[in-house]
Amino acid sequence: MCFVLFSIGLYCILRKRNIIKIIIGIVIVEYALNLFLILIGYRIHGRAPIVAQDQEILNMVDPLPQAMVSTSIVIGLAIIVVLISLAIRIYEKYGTFDITKIRRLKG
Amino acid sequence: MELHLILLFMICASVAAVESKDLISGVITLSAAGLGLSLAFLILKAPNLAITQLVVEILYVIILIRAIINKDLVLIKDGRWLFNTISTFLFIGSFLIFAFFALKELPNFGQPIMKVAGEYLKSGLGQTGSANIVTAITLNFRSLDTLVETAILFTAIIGVLAIIRKVGKIYDPEKGKR
Repeated sequence: MCFVLFSIGLYCILRKRNIIKIIIGIVIVEYALNLFLILIGYRIHGRAPIVAQDQEILNMVDPLPQAMVSTSIVIGLAIIVVLISLAIRIYEKYGTFDITKIRRLKG
Repeated sequence: MELHLILLFMICASVAAVESKDLISGVITLSAAGLGLSLAFLILKAPNLAITQLVVEILYVIILIRAIINKDLVLIKDGRWLFNTISTFLFIGSFLIFAFFALKELPNFGQPIMKVAGEYLKSGLGQTGSANIVTAITLNFRSLDTLVETAILFTAIIGVLAIIRKVGKIYDPEKGKR
């Protein structure tokens, strides 16, 4: 089902012509990938990786993907901010979000 | 079971975000999908990630609405419908085929390989003194990763400043301002 989410995002990136819609597609793909990495590290009937007194260590979920994905979420925010600033500049210059109307980029 | 419900909710929300005619409603349904992802992280026993996802989600909504507010929102029609759709489905189909083959190599759901993480779980409390193992990994075992992540954030800020910045006016004594 995670792949369904990824496919929706990919469809949105390739099919839409509005820049903001393309950015929304990129965000959806990012969600799907983060969720997939966490699903790999999940253990059935596991516990959160926080050490407590009455808890045996063998039962915890995998903490390594969680640490990596928390890095990935923040980097995704940085990517989206740069993309949005590019979109704002394009709107200021051409007055549209439609990628086919930006004629001056054509060689 | 709850996980399946939340995944269904996320899929519905992202379909609505992709297909909505209005950009603002698209952004808001996207944020609904993100909040669903945060809940899914909580169910998958990742509370740190849930909190991070919540904050980042709110930032997404603010930034996206800043981008599309006060703009005339023209309804954009898609041209070359057939060609675009066929090429898109070709890409998605090839991705699904490769994903199917790759999924066979992965461990089964619910039984992860814990080679590195087992060591971290055993020695995490003793070596770092942090009860939360995820914090121990990000700040002690993999602290170089966190350092580079901060570097990426600052690079992104520099990039945004360079893109958004207006070009300054040069003072010309003959013509006044130029």
